[in-house]
Amino acid sequence: MDIVVCVKQVPLTAEAEVMVDDTGRDIKKERLVFDVNEADNYAVEEALLLTEKFGGTITLVTMGPESADKTIRSLLAKGTHEAVRLTDEHFAQSDAFATAKTLAGALKTIKFDLVLTGCYASDDGYSQVGATLAELLELPHATMVTGLQILDGKAKIERELEGGTHELLEIELPAVLTIQTGINEPRYASILGLRKAMKKPIKVMSLKDLGLTENEVGRAGSKTILERLSVPPKGEGAQILEGAPEEVSTKLAEIFRERGVV
Amino acid sequence: MKEILVLAEHRMGELRDVTLEMLSKGRELAQALDAQLVAGLLGRDVAVFSETLKKWAHQVLVVDDSKLENFNADAYQKVLGDIIKKRQPGLTMIGHTSFGVDLAPPLATQLGIPLITDCVDIQLKDGAPLATRQVYGGKLISEVSFVGTPCMVTLRQGAFPVEESDLKGKIAAVDSPLTEEITCRKFLQYVEAVVGDVDITQADIIVSVGRGIREEKNMPIVEGLAEAMGGVLACSRPITDSGWLSSDRQVGQSGRTVKPKVYVAVGISGAFQHITGMSGAETIVAINRDPNAPIFSVAHYGIVGDLFQVVPALTEKIAEAKEN
Repeated sequence: MDIVVCVKQVPLTAEAEVMVDDTGRDIKKERLVFDVNEADNYAVEEALLLTEKFGGTITLVTMGPESADKTIRSLLAKGTHEAVRLTDEHFAQSDAFATAKTLAGALKTIKFDLVLTGCYASDDGYSQVGATLAELLELPHATMVTGLQILDGKAKIERELEGGTHELLEIELPAVLTIQTGINEPRYASILGLRKAMKKPIKVMSLKDLGLTENEVGRAGSKTILERLSVPPKGEGAQILEGAPEEVSTKLAEIFRERGVV
Repeated sequence: MKEILVLAEHRMGELRDVTLEMLSKGRELAQALDAQLVAGLLGRDVAVFSETLKKWAHQVLVVDDSKLENFNADAYQKVLGDIIKKRQPGLTMIGHTSFGVDLAPPLATQLGIPLITDCVDIQLKDGAPLATRQVYGGKLISEVSFVGTPCMVTLRQGAFPVEESDLKGKIAAVDSPLTEEITCRKFLQYVEAVVGDVDITQADIIVSVGRGIREEKNMPIVEGLAEAMGGVLACSRPITDSGWLSSDRQVGQSGRTVKPKVYVAVGISGAFQHITGMSGAETIVAINRDPNAPIFSVAHYGIVGDLFQVVPALTEKIAEAKEN
């Protein structure tokens, strides 16, 4: 079973301060650490589990700058086989649709039985690329997948709904599935794997390799435009208890006692 | 813009809250644009919902078809796509739900129209919709515009208040364009949440732990606090994703919604999916080392600090307070 996994390198911002840059449309990236998008990491693991069971190759596809190679190599180190990076100045400022269009261009050059990607990116959070890609490739799809079994050329899928409810579906292959976090336990790369990955080639494709025109990609090919980024206005917010751990704990314990909690 | 179309979402015989949230926002936009607000209702034996929907819309389009009994993105795409092609609504609204996320991107792509997902607000700028979204886990806000109309949005659940309404809309039946079952994708069944040994929705005191705990071996730190407070331990998504607590302990959109007297969020940054599940708590305390964590905007009391120092100290102080 040959699998393509579309991955994205994102800045890790969960505990970092995120600042808007001078253009007002992007963030300051200098002090941020970049890694694979969390849900994409689960998609890679799901692909590894499937190829361990059924054989076949895993091809990683990413759209991004050369600096994304670090992330790609960390995923090659886990045992994925090939990698394609889509890089071209014309891809700049792609929205979710233009991104999917670009990825679709690359996927038309690759043989696969299944396409996996994360269901959500931790930076812009559109949850849009995977299902758009499916439509562009005219393939069935399912998003937010939390369980996956392959049987007789079909995928039996568990999807996450709200409130702890799930649904079970059956989908014909080839298909595009977007993977939700928690579906598996992503492995770590071994030192040996990392060493091997340093020698693996990463194929670079640009606009001319994808059979697309300048007008179909990047800002020109986008259907939406990011006008402005800003820091949200501070609301009422919490009353911040100040002091050393000992001190704030005393204050909080007192608040709990006043409220009859303890 | 002559028309705004809202897709009514329902599941297992219940209209989802996001439907009236969207219609409330839709009515505000329709008023400003002097447009008609139309609700699209797809399903089987769904007449009961149209009675509710007609209060919030000028018109309710009902497509009743046994092939629409359970949500299927492909079936919905065909039916809704036909309606949009025929009526050309300037704006189509779909919930940013598991169903909406499955449906909207392929539908917009098929129609060749712009889509902006997970909007927390829609404003009008020179008569054109402008979407507001949260990015980077709620640390920044983005404003996104559409390249031309018609366009489509998905709206975040719980982001729009439901306004009372009595529009007395007309109900119109629409023929289903589905001639045969969708074969490439088949719905099998729903699997409902299981309740484990502890029902966190019934707890008065909840200590909830998030990614900040870093490793499974650190979990006793928060277990100790929960015990000292006489509360139960819950968590945000990364903890169940890692398998450190079972999914019945997860608070948030994909887990449980809780309304305890006290909710102590430890090392939880406060992604909206989590906040949706706990913002109704009477008193919310957040302990987090990132002063910009969105959790502090919903908390009543905050401690900016290292949980590995604060939580043991707090556990001790509470134990002392109990003794006195």
